[in-house]
Amino acid sequence: MSTALEANMHAMVYRGPYRVRVEKKDIPKVEHPNDAIVRVTRAAICGSDLHLYHGMMPDTRVGMTFGHEFIGVVHEVGPSVETLSVGDRVMVPFNVFCGTCYFCARGLYSNCHNVNPNATAVGGIYGYSHTCGGYDGGQAEYVRVPFADVGPGLIPDWMDDDDAVLFTDALPTGYFGAQLGDIVEGDVVVVYGSGPVGLFAARSAWLMGAGRVIVVDHLDYRLEKAREFAHAETLNFTQHDDVVRHLKHVTEGLGSDVVIDAVGAEADGNLTQHVTSAKLKLQGGSPVALNWAIDTVRKGGTVAVVGAYGPLFSAVKFGDAMNKGLTLRMNQCPVKRQWPRLFEHVRNGYFKPSDIVTHHVPLEDIAEGYHMFSAKLDNCIKPLVVPSAA
Amino acid sequence: MTYAPPYTPHKPQLSPDRDQLRASIPGWGADLDPADRPAVPRERFDPSLTGAHWEYPDQQPEKWPRERSVEHTQLTPVFGTTCPPKGLSGAIRKYAYAKYSEGQAAHWLLLMAGDRVDELESAMRSFLTLRPDNPITQTGVIAEVKRHGLRSRLGQHRADLKHQWMDPIIVGAPWAAAATGVAGAYKVAKNVAGRR
Repeated sequence: MSTALEANMHAMVYRGPYRVRVEKKDIPKVEHPNDAIVRVTRAAICGSDLHLYHGMMPDTRVGMTFGHEFIGVVHEVGPSVETLSVGDRVMVPFNVFCGTCYFCARGLYSNCHNVNPNATAVGGIYGYSHTCGGYDGGQAEYVRVPFADVGPGLIPDWMDDDDAVLFTDALPTGYFGAQLGDIVEGDVVVVYGSGPVGLFAARSAWLMGAGRVIVVDHLDYRLEKAREFAHAETLNFTQHDDVVRHLKHVTEGLGSDVVIDAVGAEADGNLTQHVTSAKLKLQGGSPVALNWAIDTVRKGGTVAVVGAYGPLFSAVKFGDAMNKGLTLRMNQCPVKRQWPRLFEHVRNGYFKPSDIVTHHVPLEDIAEGYHMFSAKLDNCIKPLVVPSAA
Repeated sequence: MTYAPPYTPHKPQLSPDRDQLRASIPGWGADLDPADRPAVPRERFDPSLTGAHWEYPDQQPEKWPRERSVEHTQLTPVFGTTCPPKGLSGAIRKYAYAKYSEGQAAHWLLLMAGDRVDELESAMRSFLTLRPDNPITQTGVIAEVKRHGLRSRLGQHRADLKHQWMDPIIVGAPWAAAATGVAGAYKVAKNVAGRR
């Protein structure tokens, strides 16, 4: 239980687009019998946090603490919690979910209907605006975790903190993206985006039997990581006048079998699309990568979307998707469903998730961390946040 | 003239064979069988898997009239409690939730408008505290020095350099607007006082 001396904590706080700071906040309290309070030992800044940071997600309130990727130690539990105890080392999926609504009962944990009063179109996500439920996130010393018997899982003894925090979103989301592609043996898979999710999606495509994996981005240092970590061919789209035509050429005119959009709302490559979305907020997201995906994939192929977009409309080339007979598959990842199989893969040594981590940022310096990540400085791919109480 | 896919029926040979792939990529094909993929099939009915020991959860106490989508027929049993609505931005947000469903653009556009008002209200409110907003420290722009801002950009093939120059304008515009507003109000007040 918290003591009077620990009545408050340090937390990242949003102050407006491109502005965050660390403030003292009250340590969260148990508000529901199945809540836990977790002392955070590692958090991460996700590429999708940048959509909030840039003011793109509706109902992002000044004063909110971001952070949907975090692990920690159980500090307090509510009276109905049965499976967790104070002191347990836990990883927490980014989804807040109840376990028993119509959608959770069918394994669609990211679509839970019982945790987000603000919207029915999206489930609950820690630290991701009121559009996703109004929960404070884990870029703080402590965080409230609802449905403690459902969401969090014990971190296996063999797993270190830097690997574990990647199991809360980036790794399972990338793996989920590859599954959405319905890859069959020998498929050519194109992945747009070589951020953490794109890297994990590319690495996962091989697990499913891909014959060729091509990663597209505009940041050379990330493409280098895609070659090294994900064993992928790479393509810097700024080096080609027409990326779609080039990808058609390397697939002998057919197009790829599967494309994974791991970019989402702030895609570059078309200045008008980017500015109207990320700067002017007139679209739910810049659909450049999604439109390229639709045009790159072969007729009858599959486009999997795990990049995050806002709820407003976007100028998507839907006619091409229809005329080509594409299958479009997408969702926020139901994280916990992916864990058992991913534990096996990591334990088998197929890859080490934390190989993509580039920076550890003290919570006190989080404003610099956000700027570095947003402006793509210092070859930043994945920054982790370390609270002082960790 | 030779004829080739996709104008002919067979798939071109675009990748190495499975033995080569298995030898060069750790774990290649481990999830080749869809039965090994945890997201397949998409829906699997089994509420016992989740660890929940309720059919419907206890209701979290509602400490203020919690704003909610009109598409929800009831308040969800659990919800976030950070940053309750307040001020003009709060009124805009509550109106957006009460009046428009998620299917209407007005819902989202009003919420975005509420966000912009919130920024201004919060900045003004901060000047009544001992810790006013500071756009220099809050933007973390010092990282440009500490994290090789120039080296990270020069000579790189980066598409985002075409629009990064807009970011300081986005940050600075509300401050410039507020300063202009304050200066205008001062001028008006001075003129009114001068006429008396």
